[in-house]
Amino acid sequence: MTDEREILVAKGIRVRYDDRLVLDVERLALRTGEMLAVLGPNAAGKSTLMRVLAMLEKPTAGHSRFKGRAGRAAARALRKSSAAVFQKPHFWSDTVAYNVGLGLRMRGSSAREVSEHVERICGLMGIGDLLDRDVATLSGGQAQRVALARALVLKPDILFLDEPTANLDSVSRGEIREDIERIARQRAGSVLLITHDRAEAFSLADRVAVLVGGRLVQVGTPTELYENPADSYIARVTGAELTLKGHVLRLEDSTLVVDVGGIELRTVGSAGEGSQVKIAYRPEDLVLAAAEESSVHLSTRNFFFATVTEVRALGGLYRIRLKGPGGADMAAVVTRSAADELRLQAEGRVSVRVKATALHAFPAG
Amino acid sequence: MNPFAEALDLITAGDLYVWEVILRSIRISGSALAFAMLFGLPIGAAIGLSRFRLRRPVIALVNTGLALPPVVVGLAVFLLVSRSGPLGGLEILYSPAAMILAQAVIAGPYIAAVSLAAADSVPPDVRLQARALGAGPFRATLLQLREVRTSLVAAVAAGFGAIISEVGAVMIVGGNILGETRVMTTAIVLETRRGNFGVAVALGIVLLLVALYVNLLLLLLGRWSMRRPPTS
Repeated sequence: MTDEREILVAKGIRVRYDDRLVLDVERLALRTGEMLAVLGPNAAGKSTLMRVLAMLEKPTAGHSRFKGRAGRAAARALRKSSAAVFQKPHFWSDTVAYNVGLGLRMRGSSAREVSEHVERICGLMGIGDLLDRDVATLSGGQAQRVALARALVLKPDILFLDEPTANLDSVSRGEIREDIERIARQRAGSVLLITHDRAEAFSLADRVAVLVGGRLVQVGTPTELYENPADSYIARVTGAELTLKGHVLRLEDSTLVVDVGGIELRTVGSAGEGSQVKIAYRPEDLVLAAAEESSVHLSTRNFFFATVTEVRALGGLYRIRLKGPGGADMAAVVTRSAADELRLQAEGRVSVRVKATALHAFPAG
Repeated sequence: MNPFAEALDLITAGDLYVWEVILRSIRISGSALAFAMLFGLPIGAAIGLSRFRLRRPVIALVNTGLALPPVVVGLAVFLLVSRSGPLGGLEILYSPAAMILAQAVIAGPYIAAVSLAAADSVPPDVRLQARALGAGPFRATLLQLREVRTSLVAAVAAGFGAIISEVGAVMIVGGNILGETRVMTTAIVLETRRGNFGVAVALGIVLLLVALYVNLLLLLLGRWSMRRPPTS
């Protein structure tokens, strides 16, 4: 079924390189006006997926539709109304102005129009002073901004961004992200962002598609992925720790009761009785208290004691490492004042509380 | 008289015989170069930019063209255009047309081989980037070649250098006929044999200057194309 909001739809996409299946995507759609991030580890097939979606590479099987069109007509239309920025953009040996105006010239704009639009976009992106510079003299951050300007000057219906910040230092990375947030969203109809950086995906995108080993594991809003990760990889990329392991004792009140080193923990998830599970939790969801406090009047379902192994300052916060049930290495994040009040220090004992809904059990292995 | 002093006299005084030979050489080699570019550049670019089976043997074959002995080319063209040859009906043997044909056959492989190496060095992401900005297949190819334009100019210069100084092929198919097919190289051979060292040296100097001038011109052309205004 095709949604009217879907500007680009890919179905049954398979890409093989020498008999090796590198991409196997049943369906992925980009909606008008949204920024969709494709997040995944290295070699997950992200860039291949982008090239296929941008119709720059033909898949071994499957097809894409752009604005309801398919085949050559779709490819031609997409060529005229999209632009791409690659991780390592190529510049033609000339000035910044020449490179930024290239796409406009290909679309038949007059010299005057090209010059006006190039000046406007470069001014908007704060690179107006670079117009006459030889591209060979640009820094990494400047080059990526020029590449972004070159794509955005076209006001594309779809902007494809292939790891645009991967090769940059942290300052330039922040600047490019800001440009993507501030200008790309405004000038491009929809944005497809390829990234391996979860912070980038979760902070910029409306929806995130997680690609692992060439397959889409989950597609949803950052909140959906955060609250209901489909598997342990997504749990990890959304910032969860996966050090707790145990086996399912029983199902009770829609929760799984899992034995972890002799402690019973209530979790959400689906796994059969007796099966081995990994439990994902986020360090910020653990509530630490002094070891002598009791749990009887609290709504949190899980309570156990742990030993502090390390206290490390993390800006205004403290990251606390703990030895939890079954000797599992765990992590919690608390504010500086909480750390001071609880007098957290290595070898100290604390009680730990965590809601059942904050623990996600996934089949181990 | 010192041959060098005599040579300078002949050049500066505008000696009719010397200048006629010089201009004919440039006309013939220039025309041959134009024809060689017509097939050498597209062949070199096409092989250099594409990937296909048997590409390596094809490249080896093109590079072999660099080692073609001009006299052998001359002989082949002679047999081709002589009265009993397949192109005998054209009746171009011992005419500038036969010389242009022979020189084009010599320069073509030079241009093809050097432009092939240049096109081969274009990174594959150039085409991807060009396509991603909306270029059609032909435009994308031009944008790929734009990246190696200086090398393409060098390919043409190499082709010209190979034919302006060549003597064997033009001697065989042109016949060194006074006023018709006598060019600088064949005239130098003849005048040296005759003991007219002044004329030979004059033509030798001009030959060197022409080669130098053309290379400088092509070099400047390459530089100029690098600096053309951004919005052109």
